[in-house]
Amino acid sequence: MTTYAIEAEGLQKSFGETKALAGVDLFAKPGTVHAVLGPNGAGKTTSVRILATLIRADAGSARIGGYDVVKQAERVRATIGLTGQYASVDEDLTGLENMELIGRLLDLSKRDARARAAELLEWFDLTEAAKRPAKTYSGGMRRRLDLAASLVGRPSVIFLDEPTTGLDPAKREDMWGVVRQLVGEGSTVLLTTQYLEEADALADEVTVIDRGRVIAHDTPLGLKRVVGGQTLTVQPADPARLADAAALLQQVSGSKAESPRQGVVAVPVKDDSALTETVARLHAAGIGVHELSLHLPSLDEVFFTLVGRRAGDDKPAGGGAHADPDDGEGSGNGDGDRNASASAPLTV
Amino acid sequence: MTTATTTANPLAGAAGAGKPFTLIRHSAALAKRSLLKTMRTPEALIDVTLQPVIFLLLFTYVFGGAIAGSQSAYLRYLLPGILAQTIAMSATAIGVNMNTDISKGVFDRFRSLPIARSAPLVGAVLADFVRYALVAVITLGVGYAMGFRIATDPLRAGAGLLVAATFALALSWVSVFIGMLARTPGAVQGFMFLLVLPLSFGSSTFVQANTLPGWLQAFVNVNPITHLAGLSRSLFLGGPVAGHFFWTAGWIIGLTAVFMPLALRAYGRKV
Repeated sequence: MTTYAIEAEGLQKSFGETKALAGVDLFAKPGTVHAVLGPNGAGKTTSVRILATLIRADAGSARIGGYDVVKQAERVRATIGLTGQYASVDEDLTGLENMELIGRLLDLSKRDARARAAELLEWFDLTEAAKRPAKTYSGGMRRRLDLAASLVGRPSVIFLDEPTTGLDPAKREDMWGVVRQLVGEGSTVLLTTQYLEEADALADEVTVIDRGRVIAHDTPLGLKRVVGGQTLTVQPADPARLADAAALLQQVSGSKAESPRQGVVAVPVKDDSALTETVARLHAAGIGVHELSLHLPSLDEVFFTLVGRRAGDDKPAGGGAHADPDDGEGSGNGDGDRNASASAPLTV
Repeated sequence: MTTATTTANPLAGAAGAGKPFTLIRHSAALAKRSLLKTMRTPEALIDVTLQPVIFLLLFTYVFGGAIAGSQSAYLRYLLPGILAQTIAMSATAIGVNMNTDISKGVFDRFRSLPIARSAPLVGAVLADFVRYALVAVITLGVGYAMGFRIATDPLRAGAGLLVAATFALALSWVSVFIGMLARTPGAVQGFMFLLVLPLSFGSSTFVQANTLPGWLQAFVNVNPITHLAGLSRSLFLGGPVAGHFFWTAGWIIGLTAVFMPLALRAYGRKV
């Protein structure tokens, strides 16, 4: 008997000349959140599509809840829930119609399908929008409907595709709350993400993949040990006090403060107590701040540490501007996404 | 908030996707979805609703006198053909719809559920039969208002509709096959249009074949739509059935024999 809810060994997949997966192993224990961290094109989606029986691997094997994804695909499909870009709702149908259809396809009676739909729509705060076509939904509502649709059959294994990409910080917190609740009720969640913050907030274990290979597998804590701790960033309200703030940070952390961008100083810190100490000292020195945040390294920095090059980049240590879709043209330098949206939950 | 439990329920949907009743129930649910979509985007129905009506009105009142000497005589000739042809040609939409579902990821949602692999396909076909019925009702209704009367009996008229629907099913395989191969719904649409246009106008639906130049007659005489329209005319108005029937049956068998395996193989690769 297996002890894993999700287990994949040596998955390989090519699309024509392109090698999407070059031997990926994934293991997730029941009732845990497993994050697959990687840039676009790393093989995250291909891995999940194989696990969800949507495509077949060229080599390797995978089991969900002990069922083989090829030989027992039917059983696997009765076990899993799929969201986001893996499996979409119908935009022409209303939220309620989408949910009822899935209930009917899962052999619920008409009444049960309706009740289950209403229950989930309420849980995801979509009751008011239930009778509107899904194409009129906002991005966040659409994300919630996708997730609700995947939960109709009470799946024990749930695949979440970048569940918070493009959501504002409050909505992200809500989504994280949902994931925690699902796991609290016994489900296993595999989520893909581009944010170490998200993996850190939710995951029990993280698999980092790049160009179809696993480059790290660890707990978030272990991963942070490897890639370095958090960064404390201060933006003084008065730009003239920048040097004072830098000196202060240096005293607190024992490391030399750097300026990642205009008017901002940052230092690496080892533990959370650095934040309270910095707040106290800033107050004592009379330095007002516009921004004071503690955040984890970005995906870019994780990759830089793990493989010595920017995510998704073929050259070692180049500018990785295309690694993160949210990281647009404006960032220019590699530090641009230090202040990307993912840092928000730890901002004070 | 906490009522929505998500604990594992191994029974949810796992039960017998192989059983025929389950397949029919799933397919019916998917057919209902397809019809809901149609109702929500009525413009998608134009080809099966407005088009036959416009053709009927246009050809009868504008060309009828010139082609057949009188409008009422031409309406008798035209209507059974238009009806059969519209039903047959509305089968081309199935490939477009399936391609759209695939490109939007809706298909993947269905594939991730424990339902029979064939359920989305069967559901789409079931929904099409409802559309054929709609075509029949609209075309016959408008025709009746214009003065068309069935000269045989309801049984034979019904048989005419059934043959048209069967031919449509055969043509669906072509559409599904193209729908699985093409990259975009637009490409499927474009290809099917190229197929439909010469078949419908290069037939005896609008004018009798003996009025055409010899080389075109050669095409018209083998065109399945010619025989489908001819059969329909005989079943609605009376006349010899056998010749047109064998041609139509031959085409139905031929199209199905060639394109059903191709379509199912392409579909199987996507499913």
